[in-house]
Amino acid sequence: MIDLSLLPDGGMAWLDASGPASHLVLSTRIRLARNLSRYPFATRNNLADREAILRDVLQAARETVSLRNALSFRLEGLERIDRQLLHERHLVSKELAGLEEQGVVRPGAALLVQDRIGVMLNEEDHLRLQGLRSGFDLEQAYQDVDRLDDELGQRLPFAFHPEFGYLTSCPTNVGTGLRASVLIHLPGLVLTKEISKVLHGLVQVGLTYRGLYGEGSDFVGNLIQLSNQTTLGKSEQELLDHLGKMVRQVIEYEEQARQVLLRDARTIVEDKIWRAYGMLRHARVLTFEETMQMLSGVRLGVGLGLVDRCGLYALNKLMVHTQPAHLAALEGLRSDDPDMNVRRARLVRALLEDEAGRRGQSP
Amino acid sequence: MRCSQCHEREAVVFLTQIAQDQVIKLHLCERCAAERGVETSASLGKTPVGTFLASMGKGLEAAAALPAGIDPPEACPSCGATLSDFRESGRLGCAACYVTFESALRDLLRRLHGSSRHIGKRYAASGEGAAELPPPSTIQLRTQLRLAVETENFELAAQLRDQLRSLGGDG
Repeated sequence: MIDLSLLPDGGMAWLDASGPASHLVLSTRIRLARNLSRYPFATRNNLADREAILRDVLQAARETVSLRNALSFRLEGLERIDRQLLHERHLVSKELAGLEEQGVVRPGAALLVQDRIGVMLNEEDHLRLQGLRSGFDLEQAYQDVDRLDDELGQRLPFAFHPEFGYLTSCPTNVGTGLRASVLIHLPGLVLTKEISKVLHGLVQVGLTYRGLYGEGSDFVGNLIQLSNQTTLGKSEQELLDHLGKMVRQVIEYEEQARQVLLRDARTIVEDKIWRAYGMLRHARVLTFEETMQMLSGVRLGVGLGLVDRCGLYALNKLMVHTQPAHLAALEGLRSDDPDMNVRRARLVRALLEDEAGRRGQSP
Repeated sequence: MRCSQCHEREAVVFLTQIAQDQVIKLHLCERCAAERGVETSASLGKTPVGTFLASMGKGLEAAAALPAGIDPPEACPSCGATLSDFRESGRLGCAACYVTFESALRDLLRRLHGSSRHIGKRYAASGEGAAELPPPSTIQLRTQLRLAVETENFELAAQLRDQLRSLGGDG
């Protein structure tokens, strides 16, 4: 079992709710896709190439400030539950963790991570540099990952074409190779049934959306990742400005929806929020989906100033630790153990009671 | 519908621009659109990759009808990937594929991104030196050492081992 406590804040710094607009935006993530010009892309390279890529990048990373002190994990050597753990912390993609349907880890798949910066190796592209920040903070996240890109680029020959820019395995990522994602909580728009209209509008202006766990995942807990769709023909700054502008717009819509809910259905909304809190405080059996749904209600209550016996960081921690691999690791169970939902409910009760106590509230 | 600029050719680009709070609708033919710097078929997010790949298939058929001598190369000389490999997987084989299949890809990129020209960061393989940072912990060094050994990078492994020893770790 890997020890995630080795990571700074257990790799949770991005969830400490310290960043801008944290009551709505959980985290900002920016990734840059890069490939080394001397090796074929992932679909056509062989084992030796993949090992060589690892070796070259590890050597270069040692010479950078951004990754000099990085922890490194090779995914092949890890148990499935550890790989799932890294995925649940959003440090590696489902693909890199070998958690897709075929369930195989690609040879040479690895992760380097230091503070709020990470690199996935031998994913769809040779390198996927990522910067992760708490709250809505495109600038800082880009600054982090841009510095890493400069540092690695000085030491590694990146595949670059004068017209097409940074070359990637899939043409949808070529150019800047930049995908910026903002993880946002939108219960107001879901409750007022405005969400599909808003998402449709975002697609019209060149953005895309996904659930919490990436492509194809559900909007569990009313959490949605918004990101840029195209990567070519606009500068990094233009892509970030456009996404930023649209996210600010969505934040405004969400705030409006919440005001409408409070004005027109205050009792119903308050009831929903307190039922969610009551359920988490007292339930004896909780599935993960149910937990996420209830956490969304409580988070809304905290955002509206209706719930003060629980903070955002506590909710973020609960969100992370009630995920299957995290819970299983914490409780020493297999993730398919029938006792999981009972343990989850127990953990949630204990954490919320502790949090309420810390905040000087009676239960 | 005729092109709203030349009034001659059929309009294929329907553009809605918002400038200074004014909505401007333009119907342009391919040539006028290109002259105005508008990339054709830039319907962002509307057309899935499958359609682009299918359209590349049409491009290939068209290429087959071309007189001999100007056919695009069948396979990338660097990695051996062909356009049909690309159609199947949606992934290119290597950096050289972008040169080998340049014109087909240019078209595809315009459809995907609304442009084929990168105007962002330029890659430059030189720059300033690294700033000072606190030294890595023994735990960090050990995970790096393990990966270095696994990738048979023995030179780096030896460096890491020495560094661990100097820190009093057991290496």
